[in-house]
Amino acid sequence: MSNDEGATQANGSVVAVPLNTTTYLDFEKPLVRIEHDIAELQLEHGQTKRSVSADIKQQRSRYRSTLKRLYTNLTPWETVLVARHPQRPLTTDYLKTVFRDVCELHGDRCFGDDDAIITAFARVGGHRVMVIGHNKGKDIKERVACNFGCAHPEGYRKALGKMRLAQKYGLPVVCLVDTQWAFPGIGSEERGISHAIATNLMEMARLKTPIVSVVIGEGGSGGALGLAVADRVAMFQHSFYSVISPEGCAAILWKTAERRQHAAEALRLTSTELSRLGAIDDVIPEPVGGAHRDPAAVAANLEKYIVGSLDSLKRMKLPTLVRKRQERVRQMCSFYESPLEVKAAAEAAKEKLATRRATSRSSRISGRFTRREKISG
Amino acid sequence: MVDEKGVPAGLWARCAACGHMVYEKDVEKLLGVCPECSHHRRVDARTRIRHLADPDTFEEFSVDLKSTDPLKFKDRIPYKERLKREQAKTGEVEAMIIGKAFIRGRPVILGVMNPMFIMASMGAVVGEKMVRAAERAVEDNLPLVVVTASGGARMQEGVVALTQMAKTASALAQLDDAGGLYIVVATDPTTGGVSASFASLGDIVLAEPKAMMGFAGPRVIQNTMNVELPEGFQTAEFMMEHGFVDRIVPRSDLRTEIARIIDFCGK
Repeated sequence: MSNDEGATQANGSVVAVPLNTTTYLDFEKPLVRIEHDIAELQLEHGQTKRSVSADIKQQRSRYRSTLKRLYTNLTPWETVLVARHPQRPLTTDYLKTVFRDVCELHGDRCFGDDDAIITAFARVGGHRVMVIGHNKGKDIKERVACNFGCAHPEGYRKALGKMRLAQKYGLPVVCLVDTQWAFPGIGSEERGISHAIATNLMEMARLKTPIVSVVIGEGGSGGALGLAVADRVAMFQHSFYSVISPEGCAAILWKTAERRQHAAEALRLTSTELSRLGAIDDVIPEPVGGAHRDPAAVAANLEKYIVGSLDSLKRMKLPTLVRKRQERVRQMCSFYESPLEVKAAAEAAKEKLATRRATSRSSRISGRFTRREKISG
Repeated sequence: MVDEKGVPAGLWARCAACGHMVYEKDVEKLLGVCPECSHHRRVDARTRIRHLADPDTFEEFSVDLKSTDPLKFKDRIPYKERLKREQAKTGEVEAMIIGKAFIRGRPVILGVMNPMFIMASMGAVVGEKMVRAAERAVEDNLPLVVVTASGGARMQEGVVALTQMAKTASALAQLDDAGGLYIVVATDPTTGGVSASFASLGDIVLAEPKAMMGFAGPRVIQNTMNVELPEGFQTAEFMMEHGFVDRIVPRSDLRTEIARIIDFCGK
């Protein structure tokens, strides 16, 4: 998925090289070269004491412009890589940066507690909220404990239980989506993963409290949608949201996972495409180089979006809010056509026009009559 | 699996489940069920309607809805081309048929998915038809009966297919709020995005014997988890054992069972 060959420092040098802990992705190789050049310049400075600051400055600006160029033209597959970047901020990071006074709540009151979905009371801006987010885990131990953010039915049931709690006490729900898919396993099927996701979709469509969902990294299939029926759905600029992973799609349609780049393109899974298709409402910008290069900036953007959305959603009366949510879902992505219905609508319009003409003509005639009568009278 | 694909194999055919040579006319009389082993063959949507509805009572809605290919999707062949081929093969426009019908004299809104059409995967049209069926059930205050069979969300419609899950679930929330009765008849195979949306939301969930039901494909589970799958995993019987199916009903009894449930619910 990623490589860290770029993280190598120049020749094990002892000279003060800016500590670089970024994991570089394959397509970021040009940056690695520039980084290397800078390190060499610094090494040279250390050995010869020749002033190289002008050169370094030049290289740094080259670095910035290359970074910008790479990230303004990300291909869909590169977007997938950025969204899965091992250093990309996760729900647990945002719980520290965006939310305050976080009070985690556990358990689905039925089977267990699924670490793949975190649910918590929290404050954001001036709002008390229920925050619900996929948890991918920071290190390998955590990742194994939470199945890399792939939730079991109990995760979705825990989420729904806490949403109902939020509804009862008038707290809005904020969902952070970041999952590859719902957990595919025997236990998951035995405990009804289909039923758990389906129930979330249905109950979220009529939950009597505002819901805001943000895809912060990977939006994988039903596992993502199970937390993404909302009044406002947004995606981070370099996140992706798809019906199936590019690898899975390639394996099925091209019979080889090697075609994942093609699949990523064909699936139209980037924030720009989803916006165009009307599947999401907003795109939250990321700093140049992706969320992992400036977590503070991206946290600020997320906070601004959540607070802004809640401010406006909370002004709505609950029945209006729910009706609008359902209408929004109803109209979303209606990409079908019906020649018969178009014809029927055209005929109905023609008929309506004809009747209107007939009535307006008769009223004009009667109008004339009255005038004439008036004159004669 | 020749006969699973609806190839007319002449007078005799080998049952895909038990391997017995069976007389096709007998199978037809038994509504596509093997006389030797009761294997329930997959049937296309029109045949299913003939099996379920009272003769000549089915009145179809939204006959000609078709996809506009929002992604301009192309894998080995363009999606538009794939649709045309499927339409030519099946004589249907899409993978679901909805309409009004009578089942043993009870009026219902009936939706039937067609496993012969791209494995009844759900795209914008299937989603829209399901929603319209639910809306019509509210309007006419009639029970909604949906026969599900699907490989899941239609990949060629990407996120558009995914949003249909939310769309159908939201329509069913409204049907539920209106006090409507919703009966699901899960048939082979009911999986993926359809299973994780409207197929799991029935007030009553009936299933045909041995129908495959589940979310993730068995091969996906086997490959990712590297485990042996237990015998009978993801069958209707397995789902009933784990509490997600109300009754397993052989095809020949479906009409009676549906009518009975409608009567119990006073609809």
